[in-house]
Amino acid sequence: MISVLTPLPVLLPLLGAAAALLVGGRHPRTQRTLSILVLGSVLAVSVALLVLADADGAEAISVGGWPVPLGIVLVVDRLSALMLVVAATVALGVLIFAVGQGAADGDEETPISIFHPTFLVLIAGVANAFLAGDLFNLYVGFEILLTASYVLLTLGGSAPRIRAGITYIVVSLLSSLLFLAAIALVYAATGTVNLAQLAVRLAELPEGTQLLLQSVLLIAFSIKAAVFPLSAWLPDSYPTAPAPVTAVFAGLLTKVGVYAVIRTQTLLFPGGALDGVLMWAALATMLIGILGAVAQTDIRRILSFTLVSHIGYMIFGISLASQAGLAGAIFYVVHHIAIQTTLFLVAGLVERQGGSTSVDRLGGLATASPVLAILYFVPAMNLAGIPPFSGFIGKLGLMEAGISDGGWLPVVLVAGGAVTSLLTLLAISRVWTRAFWRPPAQAPEGDTFEAAAQDSGPELAPAPLPEVQEQAEPAGEKEPDSSPSGGRALARRAAWERHTAVAMATSPVTDGLGQDDPRGPSLEPLPRVMVGSTAVMVVVTVALTALAGPLYGVAQRAAGDLLDRTPYISAVVGLEDAP
Amino acid sequence: MTPTVVLPVIIGGLYAAGVYLLLDRSLTRVLLGFLLLGNATNLLLLSAGGPSGLAPILGYAEADEIGDPLPQALILTAIVITFGIAAFLLALIYRSWRLVRQEVVEIDEEDRRIARRSATDADDIDPDDLAPEDRPAMHEDTFAADADVERGLAENYAGIPSDDVDLPPTRGRNR
Repeated sequence: MISVLTPLPVLLPLLGAAAALLVGGRHPRTQRTLSILVLGSVLAVSVALLVLADADGAEAISVGGWPVPLGIVLVVDRLSALMLVVAATVALGVLIFAVGQGAADGDEETPISIFHPTFLVLIAGVANAFLAGDLFNLYVGFEILLTASYVLLTLGGSAPRIRAGITYIVVSLLSSLLFLAAIALVYAATGTVNLAQLAVRLAELPEGTQLLLQSVLLIAFSIKAAVFPLSAWLPDSYPTAPAPVTAVFAGLLTKVGVYAVIRTQTLLFPGGALDGVLMWAALATMLIGILGAVAQTDIRRILSFTLVSHIGYMIFGISLASQAGLAGAIFYVVHHIAIQTTLFLVAGLVERQGGSTSVDRLGGLATASPVLAILYFVPAMNLAGIPPFSGFIGKLGLMEAGISDGGWLPVVLVAGGAVTSLLTLLAISRVWTRAFWRPPAQAPEGDTFEAAAQDSGPELAPAPLPEVQEQAEPAGEKEPDSSPSGGRALARRAAWERHTAVAMATSPVTDGLGQDDPRGPSLEPLPRVMVGSTAVMVVVTVALTALAGPLYGVAQRAAGDLLDRTPYISAVVGLEDAP
Repeated sequence: MTPTVVLPVIIGGLYAAGVYLLLDRSLTRVLLGFLLLGNATNLLLLSAGGPSGLAPILGYAEADEIGDPLPQALILTAIVITFGIAAFLLALIYRSWRLVRQEVVEIDEEDRRIARRSATDADDIDPDDLAPEDRPAMHEDTFAADADVERGLAENYAGIPSDDVDLPPTRGRNR
């Protein structure tokens, strides 16, 4: 049963992508239905794989019938099945959000005939990376998802996206080349790229060679996972993409890197030679990432920095190399994929409602859209780790594992984790108080004017100001008059007037991100499909809390498998013996 | 196995030149650097296959005479991937040139803007401490109400001597 299902998470999206490309421009409705059906069935297959793998343990299949060390092997164990389930869930949620956005926008911005096939290819790459049983197939999985992500990141080809895309592509290329060089070195040293064979043969190498191979692999994966000091590319490149694209990138792509780090540290090099280095890297990732988030004013950039910061928690769990640490890391990966995707979707809704993602420009969102406020508040508290949400459970698990480890360094990391958690709360509650609760009239656009003054010279800057003030005054005066019943409409109206005033004042200036919605804030209610899919994602994140018990059980068993190593190795070796 | 010095020298040279080009601001050079690095890595894979031998074609040579075919398969895959991505990158560079008439790695304006921000948060500044032209939009009349009250007092009680020697200076703009 499991051998029939295993290739499907890779095959289905690839075939679906081909079909979606064929029906493409002529039948957009068919294309949408097709992509959703494909991802839905990928989700169903992944759940089935998780149930089977949790019951029967790891299983491997040999694709194409080649004998094991030569052919491509796909391996399902608890970890990869769990990752597949989460990946398929968030991918489906994001796809429905994108469909809703495309329907609401009339598909001007994202050429939909390209978007759906590329998105499916991305998911195929992610699934391939999770299932890969040899290093080179892992490389191919990375390349599939990265190539798809290059296209998605530069959709539309506007100047900010091209700028961000080039940074992203060059960094990704460099990490891929490092990975490829690492594969060459590994092959030269051991004569195989099969993970299970490597697990046996690497241990026979001299210690120095092992350390070299481990470092090169870890550096390549750390770039992809955005571990400090290799994380600077992420906050520069993610925020410019369309909301659904950023959401799926933030959720999935870095976690594929984390997955690869987990495999490297447990299956290939179980000796724990670089655990100390990883711990320091984890601490720096957590603290520097979150300090970056506190300094930012754009919601998407704040979220990108928290994304980097919270990768540190997972690296911390991995570097503990104990069952409790790994289980905490795996649970945290699952939690973080769901939560970060949801928050980026909410940022997309905020941009739509408020016309900007800069907290210096937003205001009064709680009045304008209470639903949006709830959709932001729940996952934001979850991200900060407020009890009883899953973020709290994950952090608690990691901290317990750190304390029980006994050394002084894990205790330092536990303290760093607590500080990071508090600073996360600070960063996201600033968005909450400013963008959602501050009256729109009080939003300080001072920075924009400052930028305008510095960019366009002193003699040009004061000119737009009187215009703004004249235009802005009626909005400011209306605010106190608003009766409770007409409050929402008035708040929207005020936000809109304020925005048009700002837009006129800042029109000669190119905004740093260039991300402001050219149509300005929406006076219409948010599209139902977008709100609905985001709400479902919020429910999923809350469900992670409700289902934390069984989920943590799976994570613990997966961590046990990882430390044991024999289930994975014997699954592949068993394949070798079979006819 | 006879060790060869040619391959390592070529690989090292390609890596050095590739890294040098990759560090340039010009995107075309970055692309060229990437191509050199890709070729260097492919050669590294080739040398990972051990000593050279005859072409690994079935029936052409004996098993102990052929070169290791696996690295060659890996190299072919890597070449295809490098080729595709180089084409995409070239298209991006062309697009960048069309848009902004330059093909360099650009500065992230948002980073600069954040770096320029003063240590004080914008919300912590009392707009009334700033000169009127420095105030952010919408903050012009924060103390307008106070000014109105003071102006009203001054008008209504102009003739009546006050306990105050003179009225406190009005903080808002005088009208």
